[in-house]
Amino acid sequence: MKYLDEFRDAVLANRLLASLERRVSRPLRLMEFCGGHTHAILRSGLRQLLPSSVRLSSGPGCPVCVTASSDVDRAIALASQPGVILATFGDMVRVPGGNASGQANSLQEAKSLGADVRMVYSTLDALGIARVNPGLQVVFLGVGFETTAPTVAAAVLQAAAEGLTNFTVFSVHKLTPPATRAILDAGEVRLSGIIGPGHVTSIIGANAWEFLPRDYRMPCAVSGFEPLDILLAITSLVDMVTSGVPAVRNTYARSVRPEGNLIAQQWMRQVFQVVDAEWRGLGLVPASGLAMRTEYEAFDAARRFPLDLPPGREPKGCRCGDVLRGVVEPTQCPLFGRTCTPDRPVGPCMVSGEGACAAFLQYGES
Amino acid sequence: MIHSHVLLAHGSGGRLTHDLIHDLFRSYFCSPLLAKGDDAAVWPANLPPEARLALTTDSYVVQPLFFPGGDIGTLAVCGTVNDLAMVGARPLYLSAGFILEEGLPLAQLERVVASMARSASEAGVHIVTGDTKVVDRGSADQVFINTTGVGVVSAGIDLSGANAMAGDRVLLSGPIGQHGLAIMTQREGLQFSLPLESDCAPLNGLVDAMLKAAPTIHCMRDPTRGGLATTLNEIAAQSQVGIEIEESRVPVPEGVRAACELLGLDPLYVANEGKLVAIVPPEMEDTVLDAMRRHRYGREAALIGGVCATHPGRVVLQTSLGAHRVLDMLSGAQLPRIC
Ligand code: SF4
Repeated sequence: MKYLDEFRDAVLANRLLASLERRVSRPLRLMEFCGGHTHAILRSGLRQLLPSSVRLSSGPGCPVCVTASSDVDRAIALASQPGVILATFGDMVRVPGGNASGQANSLQEAKSLGADVRMVYSTLDALGIARVNPGLQVVFLGVGFETTAPTVAAAVLQAAAEGLTNFTVFSVHKLTPPATRAILDAGEVRLSGIIGPGHVTSIIGANAWEFLPRDYRMPCAVSGFEPLDILLAITSLVDMVTSGVPAVRNTYARSVRPEGNLIAQQWMRQVFQVVDAEWRGLGLVPASGLAMRTEYEAFDAARRFPLDLPPGREPKGCRCGDVLRGVVEPTQCPLFGRTCTPDRPVGPCMVSGEGACAAFLQYGES
Repeated sequence: MIHSHVLLAHGSGGRLTHDLIHDLFRSYFCSPLLAKGDDAAVWPANLPPEARLALTTDSYVVQPLFFPGGDIGTLAVCGTVNDLAMVGARPLYLSAGFILEEGLPLAQLERVVASMARSASEAGVHIVTGDTKVVDRGSADQVFINTTGVGVVSAGIDLSGANAMAGDRVLLSGPIGQHGLAIMTQREGLQFSLPLESDCAPLNGLVDAMLKAAPTIHCMRDPTRGGLATTLNEIAAQSQVGIEIEESRVPVPEGVRAACELLGLDPLYVANEGKLVAIVPPEMEDTVLDAMRRHRYGREAALIGGVCATHPGRVVLQTSLGAHRVLDMLSGAQLPRIC
């Protein structure tokens, strides 16, 4: 059965590709916001099958990658405090910060020097660690977009309901629409359309992207993560470019509703407030981050453990910032595949399962 | 047994050690060679002419000890039996070395030993010698097991990762990814609606059936740690040939696919413990596939690709969309220890 399904997909894909070839009359550059899309595009080989006039640029949609190096430094400092357990998602432990050599420069290194760093798959696991370690402070390093922020909000609400006093969140959560705005405002890459992030949009709703056609005349197609989903989104963007009528199209209707997930949005609003945030590659982006509301300050690691750290530094020679803005491709970084590999990553884009550099290296074309 | 947990004294060589060997190991591993109780197992070396001996060893440190579809004991026997089977050897005897952490519940050890006995009897091998050490609490993680196996390779059989030749076919004995994910989901406490069970199984019976049907098979490998992608890369490098695989022909169970998506893993890199890859001459493809599909561990065997002379040392994957890309060794990703 499965073989037949995939065979049918391949036939359909080839039909779509052939029709794209016919319809694209001028070179187009589209940006896939989401790192999950970058991986799917490279893993399936879609990139090499597209007509040469359709170019794809990867965007800032890798939460680990856009975490500012100063925030990584802060997380390392937090983890190194006595009596603290720092819990976070897997990729985060390997991201290099801006510390001088000789000091721990990733959570993994801090761990090897004695810090208690735990990898978890869900925020609820971090709550569990707090419950069984009442004498220790558990800090959850909350990294991610609108997809993970609601689960972290839910954990904070749960901790409040249980009256846990040893659980805090260091929130470096980020919002995707303001980052997209920042890229368009900077005007460094001439884009013809944006492939909207599927999982994020299932939370914030397709309506959240209406500013793209309205303010920037930029078509947006929200896409799922199967290669065929992405191809459909590309086709829909090409249609809008050709017809000259930009809009938001939802090609991922099986998961995304126009208004999104209202309950998740409610949790986020209850626990977090929108603040300006520092992004790797984009700098300070107005109203693009989530910090804990004062009502929940008892759960705010930033308030419980105030730290005075020097400003962050980017790893030397790393072009992650440019990669995240779609200005260069990973292969244009002089360190790519030479000094920077997934085993010895120089920058975060080579670390993460969603990072563009890691995807280009793992799924190199033959 | 009077004690409920492993004590340091169980490894001291004294009375408790003796009791443990007698009550637990000998009663489950009922082999006359072990029962003699000498320092080494001794047996007559009557090999048929031209036959050769094969020897292999492996250590098992899996966490959790028990997982859906098996436990560390099943793995410790099947893993070593399969290593022998992959060179075409008929496994005869195993040794078993245990490193036990002080405080391990004896009931758990008994469960592990019972699984080893069950797997050994399915595989038709005897556990004929062993050793037990107990270390301080915290110096080991519950139980570590080492097994060493001896087997006999019949005349005319020559299986090696260096034997793949351009034109050969690449066969896979069944769906991939079950073992690694059964363990990872258990470790992470994840619940899936679709059942995920380890595929852990002794493959010597399947190998025997395949070699009876086609003694000229060039190579067999079990895609354990690093998964199918890593195994194919090893063969391509060892034989200095290219390998081409069609993604849509590789069977991946729905549960594995769903769990992989959630955990951000690629099933091609996930460990298996009851699957094998066979590289066979083209004229033998149907015969071998038939023989595989008649065996219980090869029912879903499939042709997944072929060997070519271009791009030696590299594996190329034809994706389900029809594009081609390099299928590399896994770099970077950190997976929990699973075997
Ligand atoms: S290849 Fe490495 S150093 Fe270069 S941009 Fe990517 S992560 Fe940074």
